[in-house]
This record gives sequence, structure tokens and C-alpha cells, in this order.
Amino acid sequence: MIAYIMRRLLYAIPILIGVNIITFGLFFLVNTPDDMARMQLGVKRVTPEAIANWKQERGYDKPLLFNASAPGSGKLTQTIFFEKSLRMFVFDFGRADDGRDIAREIGLRMGPSLAVAVPSFLVGLFVYITFALVFAFFRATAIDFWGVVMCVAAMSISSMFYIIGGQYLIAKLWHLVPISGYSGGADAWRFVLLPAAVGVVAGFGGSTRLYRAFFLDEISRDYVRTARAKGLPESVVLFRHVLKNAMIPILTGVVVAIPFLFMGGLITESFFGIPGLGSYTIDAINAQDFGVVRSMVFIGSLLYIAGLLLTDISYTLVDPRVRLS
Amino acid sequence: MPFQTVILWTDWLIFLLVGVIVLAAIYVRGREHLLAPWRRVAHSVSGMVGLTVLLMFVVVGLLDSLHYRPRLAGKEAAARVVYASEVKSALDAVLEPLRSRREKTYSAPLAAQLFAKETIEREDGSQSRDYPRLKYGGAQLKDPAAEWTSSVVRAALGGAAAGGVAWLVIALCVAAALAQATQQRIHPVWEALWRGDTEVPWRAILLTLLGLCLAGGAVIALAQNYHVLGTDKVGQDVLYLTLKSIRTALVIGTLTTLVMLPFALVLGIAAGYFGGWIDDAIQYLYTTLNSIPGVLLIAAAVLMMQVYIDTHTELFPTAAQRADLRLLFLCIILGVTSWTGLCRLLRGETLKLRELEYIQAAHAFGVRHHRVISRHILPNVMHIVLISVVMEFSGLVLAEAVLSYVGVGVDPSMNSFGTLINNARLEMAREPMVWWSLAAAFVFMVTLVLAANLFADAVRDAFDPRVRTRLRPLRKVPPAVQRGAPRR
Repeated sequence: MIAYIMRRLLYAIPILIGVNIITFGLFFLVNTPDDMARMQLGVKRVTPEAIANWKQERGYDKPLLFNASAPGSGKLTQTIFFEKSLRMFVFDFGRADDGRDIAREIGLRMGPSLAVAVPSFLVGLFVYITFALVFAFFRATAIDFWGVVMCVAAMSISSMFYIIGGQYLIAKLWHLVPISGYSGGADAWRFVLLPAAVGVVAGFGGSTRLYRAFFLDEISRDYVRTARAKGLPESVVLFRHVLKNAMIPILTGVVVAIPFLFMGGLITESFFGIPGLGSYTIDAINAQDFGVVRSMVFIGSLLYIAGLLLTDISYTLVDPRVRLS
Repeated sequence: MPFQTVILWTDWLIFLLVGVIVLAAIYVRGREHLLAPWRRVAHSVSGMVGLTVLLMFVVVGLLDSLHYRPRLAGKEAAARVVYASEVKSALDAVLEPLRSRREKTYSAPLAAQLFAKETIEREDGSQSRDYPRLKYGGAQLKDPAAEWTSSVVRAALGGAAAGGVAWLVIALCVAAALAQATQQRIHPVWEALWRGDTEVPWRAILLTLLGLCLAGGAVIALAQNYHVLGTDKVGQDVLYLTLKSIRTALVIGTLTTLVMLPFALVLGIAAGYFGGWIDDAIQYLYTTLNSIPGVLLIAAAVLMMQVYIDTHTELFPTAAQRADLRLLFLCIILGVTSWTGLCRLLRGETLKLRELEYIQAAHAFGVRHHRVISRHILPNVMHIVLISVVMEFSGLVLAEAVLSYVGVGVDPSMNSFGTLINNARLEMAREPMVWWSLAAAFVFMVTLVLAANLFADAVRDAFDPRVRTRLRPLRKVPPAVQRGAPRR
């Protein structure tokens, strides 16, 4: 098991290097730092000094890949590629445009993101599985039919409308919770409640329908017929046999998502004014803060790889046939 | 010429797509084994209802893809041909009254007055604060308070009646065509149609059309004198903005998959067929791309593209061309980030096919690789391609709205559901609320995505061999049970 995990971690290194090269290419090769400076400072009436100044402030004044003028190993290390891209491997992200340390900022913002995303994730999983089981139990009846119709309709609504609708109904009309904002400590639940609930509702249609399909897949298997032939009541068949086996495909989708809870929901956080990583990213995109976007890309891929690893490990927990070696 | 045709990049691709679909339809027509799954789609009630609604959107989108620059009238124009710098579309020409009748600012749907009070100067010189009359909306009314209701009701009913008549003509045409095709008299066909006794669910299709015709007729009649969905902040008609948004949504939903298809096909099949280091390299490529969160990769790419466009303004003669190129770039970027899923599916399927006897036999006969791929592998993975293309569509339409909100979507000057929502969102805090732009975007988007979802489900059910085998035993069951049968 440990050997397996170690090997998977080693596999992650070339992938992360690949991610790094892609982002480096995107941020520095498609447009030169000069172009970026001109864009940020305004395309017209920009002096060469201002550009040089802008580049120096951000450390973009070095050569891209090879610094011929630097001494010794500095030829390779005093370059944009080394300082901006390779340094991310030791979680040194540099500074954002407003002068704050990106790594520290990410650490601070992880909390609020988790506070919204984790309850939404757990409650959501419970609700979706419950409803999917109910639909599967009443399969081929009116309950199932209208349940699926409802799911398809719910899937067709953009998540933004759920957010806007939730904010309007619950916060503005009924004044149950604040429309947006966040505060730490014991008071946080008032701010977390609505975004988390909206998150659950927004994912309802797609996930419930998917899980129902997984359950129906299992229900037509031979072992289910055997269980029924033994005379087990339908509820036992459903909960003890079908639920367990359907957990395998469900886990595939779910566990990958766990690390992304740190990232929070991009638009949810921005709509509700929660100072998490999602809103941090959106603010950076709007302010064209390339350093922050680059860091978030790196962290995102790191989390994705962690998610894949977690998925494989979780298989061994639910499916005794899977052995990692 | 009174106008100069302009073909934008996305227009080319749309025409290409239409051409491909027409050619594919002709190809499939003569081949029974290819026709069979489509026939199953045509027999699905929800699928055909979805398709009917979808086609309405496609008509609007295609009209909006015929671009031209009108010739400028005036003195110099007589001597020299000058075209307007503004690019218009055929849809603009149809909707010219909606487009040109601009109010000052917000007005509610069907209103005759502005949304906010203003200081009005009376004829006798005195001033008062009141809701000023609109320039165009309800301008024919002398006394809005008294005449408004009757005027609106009359227009709506009249329009709906006209729509109903138009529908009746369509329905009779359908019945006549059916009668012609089956060599029957029209009367029994008409009755069978309304009993629901036809193979293709014409009753459901015609009822959907009836709904569309009634609503469409009423809206057209009302739009003569009113802003049916109100006006936005700068007084543009919201109905016009929404109709213009349809093309953007369709372009994003279809061209993205069109752009990504070659990548996914070539790489997926190559990885599965050749194996070895090619497989490793392609797997590495898509794992790496996959591990970058989609939104962030799109955001990074769009930011970079924005820098490029801003520093190379000389490349884009008109604003429409710039917005269009940005839309195309967005499609490409979305395509690049979303081809990995299909690629993996294709790789897996090819791996399976490669080991089958008929391919082994082809190898034994010395058939070359490219022949094996084009003759034996490609046709056998096409159902996966088709399913994933139609399933992807609705997700992309929804993604566009989110991306435009994040600020990495289409050009702000381009009409899209995302920009519509984004602009409307800021008005949520007003009291009383400006709700109509949001409602318009909501209704149109839900209709489009729902129709696409229904159609996509029908296509998947018809083409996915796994679903087919599972549903087969249910064929003999009476229809009442079949309707509630488990569907995937």
C-alpha cells in the first residue's frame, strides 16, 4: 500500500512539470512580459521606463529560460522560468500585485472556502443518494417518472439562477440570513447556511439522476436476483446489497472532488462575498493579476492529482476485489 | 448592391457544420443500419419535442449568422460606395423595429411609462415628478391608465389567434404529407394522428408547435406597440437582446465540439490502436491537461488572448470581427479543455475493438493501418462521438453564462445569456426590482437547455448499445407500463 502510494506520488511529478510548462507557455510565451506590461499600464501613452519599472517590480525583467549574463548556476536559476514556475514546487508563489504574499493569502482563505464547501458536499451527497435510492425503489412508477422529470428540469437551470433565486427569496424577501458577507467564529453559520444550501440544490438534478442510473445498473444484476430469490425484503436488498455496490461508481466521481473543496465554488463565493479561494481567483482574473492565477492553476492541479490518488485508495475500502500493488 | 455580405469566422464554421449535417443526413438516408438508431430517436416523444423546440432556436441562430454591412445612404454614397462599419445580420433586419426603438432607460415589460420617476415639464411651464411616457412603448395610447389593459389583451388574443391559424395550416400540411406517404386518405390519418397512433409522435410535436405558435403570435402582435420583455438600462429592448443571445449560445455549444473533435478522434484512436509509446505520450498529454482545473485553464488562456487582442488592435477592422474572433477563441479554448474526456472514451473503445476477430483478420490480410482505422474502427466508435457531442451541448451553453460572469467569457459587446445575466444581476438590489432581463434570460436559457437535454437523452438511448440491450425485454410490455419503465 505504502509502496503504491509512493509510486503514484512519483508519477505525479512529470504531470506537475507538464502543468508547469503549459502554464509557463501560456503566461510568458504567448505574450511577452512587455505585452502584459503594456496591457496593464494602458496600451497608449506608455513609456519604456514605465514598462521596465513594471517588469522589475514583478521580477519579469529576467530572460525567459537562459540568463547568459549571470554567473555560474545563475545562468539557469536567474530566469523567469526558474523563479516563477519551478519555485512553485516549494510553495513559493511570490507576491500578488497588491504586494501581499500569495502563499499566506491562500492559507488564510482556505478556511472560509472549506466552511462553505464541506457542509454543502456532505449534505449534498446524503441528499442525492437518498433521493436516488427512493427513485430506484419506486422504479417504473409515477414517483420515479416525475422524479426524473424534475431532475432533468433542475439540470437545465443554470447554477447562477439558483444563487440569484436563493439570495432573492431567502435573504431579501424573507430576511432569514444575510444576503452576503462572512465572519469567522461562531457567527459564521449564518453566512454559510445559504451558500451551502444553494450548492446542494444546484447539484441536485444532475447528481440524483446519475446516482439513480448507477442504482438501476446494479438492480438488474444477478446477485440482486439471488438476494430476492432468498426472500430478502426489497429494502434489505436495496440498502445492504445495491447501495454498497453502487458506491464504487459513485466514489469515482465524488472522491476526485474532495480536494477541490479547498478551492470552493468560484461563482458561489463571489456572489455571496465569501473571502475564500474561489473569490480570490475571480478577483485575480478581473484584476488581471497573473501571478495569482498562475498559483491557483498550480494548486488546482496538485489537488486534482491528490483526488485521483484518494479515489484509488478509496476503492480498496469499498471493493475488496481491488488490491493496490 | 444595397449591402456587402460579411462572413465572420464563426459563420464559416456554422455553414461548414450545416453542410456536414446535410451530407451526413444524405449518407445515412440510404443505409438501413445507420438509419435504425435515428428511427428510434424519431419515435421518442421527449426527444422529438426537444428537437422541435431546438429547431426553433436553430432557425433564429442561423438567421443571425447571415451577416452584412448595409450601404450608407447620403450624398457621398451616391458617388462612392460606402458601407456602414456596423455589421448587421438577417435577424437584425427582421427585428429592425425592435432594434431601433430605443427608450431612455429601464421600462417594465409591456409598460407605457418609464420605470423611474422623472421631472416632467408640462406645456404650461409647471413641473411635476411623474413617470414619463415611453417614446415607443404604448405610444399609440392616449390615456394609458384607461386603455392599456384592453389594448394589450386585444393584441395578445389577436396574435395568438393568428398563431393558431398558422398552426392549423402546418398541422394540415403534416397530415397531408403523412397521407401522401402512406397512400391513405387524409381523414383517417388526421384521426390516427390525434389518437397518437403514428410511429413518429406527431401529436406531441404538433402540440409543442401549437404552444410555440400561440406564444409567438401573441409576442409578435404585442411587439408592434410594446416592449414585450421591457427595456434595459440603456433602453434596448430585452426581447431583441435575448433573441440575439441565442446565436452565441448555439455557437458555443456546437462549434466547441466541432473544434475539439479532430483532436479527440485522432489522438484517442491513435492511442488505443497503436499502443506503446504513442499511447503513453497521449495519455500523459491528456492527464496533464485534465489535471488543470478547467475554469482556471480557460481563464488563463482567455486573459492571454485578451492581452493579444489589445496589443494587436490593428488586426481587427470592426468591433464585430473582434468580438467574433474572441468568441471563436473561446470555443477553441473550451474545446482544448474538454476534448480529454472524449479522447479517453475513444481510446478505451479502440483498445477493445483492436482485439476483435475482424480486425485481426484485416491485419492478417495485410490491410494497411489507415485503412483499418478508417474502415473498421472509425465507424464503430462514431456512436460514442455522437453521444458525447449531443450530451456536451447543454453543459457548454450553461458554462458560457458562468464564464461570462467570471469575466473570461464572450466580448462584453457581444449579446449572450451570460452578459445579460451579468448586467441584470447588478439591478437585483434596486427597489422595486428590475427583474425582467433576468426572467428573459432564465426562460430562454431553460427552454434551450431543457430541449437540448431531452434530445440528447433520446439520442443516447437510441445509440448506446448498453441501454438498448437492457430495454429490449420491455418491448412486449403494454404501453402504459413502458412509459414508466426505467430509463437511463
